[in-house]
Amino acid sequence: MEMNPIEQERSPDIEDFVEDRISVASQRQLIWWRFKRHKVALVATAIVLAFYVIVVFADFLSTSDPSDSEAFRGLMPPQTVKVFDGWKPGLHVCAISGERSKITFQKEYTLDCTEKIPVRLFARGYQYKLFGVIPTDRHLLGMSDDTLRPEDHIYLLGTDKQGRDMYSRLLHGTRISLTIGLFGVGMSIVLGIVLGAISGFYGGLIDNLIQRLVEIVRSIPSIPLYMGIAAAFPSDWSILKIYFAITIIISLFAWTDLARVIRGRFLTMRDEDFVTAAMLSGASQRRIIFRHMLPSFYSHIIAAASLALPFMIIAETTLSFLGLGLRPPAISWGTLLQDAQNVQTIALTPWLMIPAIPVILIILALNFMGDGLRDAADPYSN
Amino acid sequence: MNIEQTESEILNTGTEPLLSVKDLKTYFFTDEGTVKAVDGASFDVQSGTTLGIVGESGCGKSITAKSILQIIDSPGRIVDGEVKFSRNGDAGRNLLEMKPNGSEIRSVRGGEISMIFQEPMTSFSPVHTFGNQIVEAIMLHSSLNNQEAHDLAVDWMSRVGIPNPEQRMSEYAYQFSGGQRQRAMIAMALCTDPKLLIADEPTTALDVTTQAQILDLLQSLQKQNGMSIMFITHDLGVIAEIADTVAVMYLGRVVEVGPVETIFSSPKHPYTKALLSSVPTVYAAPRERLPSITGAIPHPQNRPSGCAFHPRCSSYMSDICSVKEPDLVSVGTDQQASCFLYGRD
Amino acid sequence: MLGYLTRRLFYAGLAIWAVTMISFFIINLPPGDYVTSYVAQLAIQGSIIQADEADNLREFYGLDRPMYVQYAKWMNQILHGNLGFSFEFGLPVNDVIGERLLLTMILAAGTIVFIWLVAIPIGILSAVRQYSIWDHTFTFFGFVGLAVPDFLLALVMMYFAFVMFDFSVGGLFSPEYVTAAWSFGRGVDLAQHMIIPIIILGTAGTASLIRITRANLLDELRKPYVSTARAKGLSETRLILKYPVRLALNPAISMTAYILPFLVSGSIVVSVVLGLPTVGPILLKALVAQDMYLAGAIVFLIGSMTVVGTFLSDLLLVWADPRVQFEGR
Repeated sequence: MEMNPIEQERSPDIEDFVEDRISVASQRQLIWWRFKRHKVALVATAIVLAFYVIVVFADFLSTSDPSDSEAFRGLMPPQTVKVFDGWKPGLHVCAISGERSKITFQKEYTLDCTEKIPVRLFARGYQYKLFGVIPTDRHLLGMSDDTLRPEDHIYLLGTDKQGRDMYSRLLHGTRISLTIGLFGVGMSIVLGIVLGAISGFYGGLIDNLIQRLVEIVRSIPSIPLYMGIAAAFPSDWSILKIYFAITIIISLFAWTDLARVIRGRFLTMRDEDFVTAAMLSGASQRRIIFRHMLPSFYSHIIAAASLALPFMIIAETTLSFLGLGLRPPAISWGTLLQDAQNVQTIALTPWLMIPAIPVILIILALNFMGDGLRDAADPYSN
Repeated sequence: MNIEQTESEILNTGTEPLLSVKDLKTYFFTDEGTVKAVDGASFDVQSGTTLGIVGESGCGKSITAKSILQIIDSPGRIVDGEVKFSRNGDAGRNLLEMKPNGSEIRSVRGGEISMIFQEPMTSFSPVHTFGNQIVEAIMLHSSLNNQEAHDLAVDWMSRVGIPNPEQRMSEYAYQFSGGQRQRAMIAMALCTDPKLLIADEPTTALDVTTQAQILDLLQSLQKQNGMSIMFITHDLGVIAEIADTVAVMYLGRVVEVGPVETIFSSPKHPYTKALLSSVPTVYAAPRERLPSITGAIPHPQNRPSGCAFHPRCSSYMSDICSVKEPDLVSVGTDQQASCFLYGRD
Repeated sequence: MLGYLTRRLFYAGLAIWAVTMISFFIINLPPGDYVTSYVAQLAIQGSIIQADEADNLREFYGLDRPMYVQYAKWMNQILHGNLGFSFEFGLPVNDVIGERLLLTMILAAGTIVFIWLVAIPIGILSAVRQYSIWDHTFTFFGFVGLAVPDFLLALVMMYFAFVMFDFSVGGLFSPEYVTAAWSFGRGVDLAQHMIIPIIILGTAGTASLIRITRANLLDELRKPYVSTARAKGLSETRLILKYPVRLALNPAISMTAYILPFLVSGSIVVSVVLGLPTVGPILLKALVAQDMYLAGAIVFLIGSMTVVGTFLSDLLLVWADPRVQFEGR
């Protein structure tokens, strides 16, 4: 929301003594100090970073090829990894045996711990390219080579209707869900900064026009519009095309908040003395904007970005969940959750809802991180 | 031997002072450490007189004032001291013993002791009319009905010199000028006929002309209803004009107290001396450097040991000044200073 | 005051006009039109329509005229209260939408009331008792509420209701009231069924409002006028409610305007998941089927209602804080 500029001089107070120590530190140091004080924000940042590690190493961390489907292995329950076999250490999972129920004719699975499937670290698995370049087949976790039988498998989080490993799909879904967000945020940052800066710096008619635009965009509910636009994609578009198109659409709505903040800051800064000084010394307007004014916004921008990211993620997840965004075989959290659309499914196979957990986790983490950044971004306030 | 005498004992008027502050201590418990904003302040206010409290920024003047009425915001807390308020020359009650925000202290606040603040713009609620806020003060401390309170408020507004008072009652703070806002604040403070008005830097935010007007207004109102004023400021010129008695504060303690003429003509505490000599005067020789006090005010969390002023004192005595803290001792008729120059323990 | 309001009204009008243009544009984005998908549908079912028959259909429905003509005709129709014809349902759009729009608005309004009733007291309590156990608990729940997308919350609640209470969440009316006329009993039934959707829809908004109220109140509590009020002798409760709360409410009001579009958006998704008879599910159907008039009408109505709602809260804001109208920008 708008910040009130200090309204008049007031004679210094006890609290100002604390400021003395602060006034000699550099801006970045200040921000870092303040950020460090928020323990929660630090934890949140660690979580966010962990997620992005997953994005990079999705294949390495997976246990099976995410698109490898076997219909007869559909809807199997999770097999958790056990570290001890009786009393000896030995990574393994319990096998699953299934039989068709005479009543419902559905396959019912149970964990059968008499049969243990050994598991080891850095096992061999399906082929992939690390970082998209290095071909390898090593994965973090996998079955030991020697006991590979066709019916052996480890499904850490169970399987979906088509027998695909939920755990690996989840990891891959993280990739798409988190990177869509990044592109979208990038675009809306650009839009937000440009429009906000023009609006705040020039004022007058341009400012008015842009502000009206902001209001109009903000008063229109976004989801019906997303739905409309997304439904308009021809079904023959490639996944990638749809991916980028969705990104662009979402960012067309998401730039308004950042634009408002930037504009507000520009308006207050425009009247500051240092800008007048720069103008008087003959600097061009572009130079003033980019060299003098913009650097003080970086922290705001980062804070706004990390708060806009959850918005993107939720938007994409919702659209895909409704079937209007990414479609299979693309894997995102939204498409994964499509399987969990009704009560019966959830009641019988609750593990299909597991993709909800990373969604909630990353959004919480991003919010906390963004909050911490935003508090730290203004070292001179408060 | 430590001689601590209150002003009244020195003056021997036989009546208790209206307000007697003894050894007030207010600390702020922050994450960065404890800040001893007020660390043993003592002074008196006699009925019908004006006490000026003067000191540099951050010496604890405002906190002292707020402590009297117990309106300190957390993380601040009054940890020690006594504030005796006696209306009729009787023994008086210790304000600090009253329950914080209880009904007793609330009847004192605004009723018997009123306070005006430095920033009249932000001291009024921006979304309530003036009339609303002044009438509220009246109704809190009297049994007048709405209409009577309204009329009283209008009356006071004109007494403080606000033109068109009736119309002003339904206006908002941002529609007034700075000087008028301060006048309105004075009206709001005095409409309940308090015995003591605490004025916390009321003229600091005003231009010189308006400042003079407000000071005149305060003095004339004082003559009219005989109230006492506790006037806080960092401006020695204002003190000279308005105060009868002066208390000089440094880092949370009162270092010197006495009648205004005596303080100005023969200051005893080294800090007071230095303060007075750093005021530019017409009589100084041309092209002479303006003397200033060496050093800077220490951070309240880094209080110097012993006498807080010793690092900057030109009369520093190494054997005692950094070791023990001096108390107020008598240094003349009606005058006290806390300095070992005038008596060691 | 009047000038400010006329300006806001004018901009609201502009926004609505923009909504109509966007709605119309969206509807015509997909290649082909309703006839195309209708033909494709029929083809799957086995009956083939020849190209010239399809063209006749187009002419019949006016789909062969240039865009701006179609738009003008559509706008003209709307202004006459005729929202068009739904190809998918074979009914006038007004009939298809029927009371769904009303229910959507009741849901949105109910959610706003819920949000205010819950969030403001909690926000005040959190600010006044800062760092207490209440503050931390509420802050935590607030964050969780903010982080969970609406549809997820709907799913989770459906799951728990079903598994723990054997209670099937869905719909806004009990079977006997679905097609009944409006009555007091129906209203009560509606209210009972609306509780869960409102809670789901309202969590994010409540969380936001709690945070904003708390933050603003904390700011206001530090301001000088609070000291003045205390120095006048007001009791803590009275002075907090009368002064800083009053000022902290202003950002709360403008925030309400801000979340209205999100509420409406969210209600669409939640009603799809929960199967509520509001506008959401049929919008989805209409879009998938490229049923132009229906989808366009819904987007237009929803968008306009939201703009109107935003305008109304602007009015509220001006009444609450007279300073707003002097913002020269």
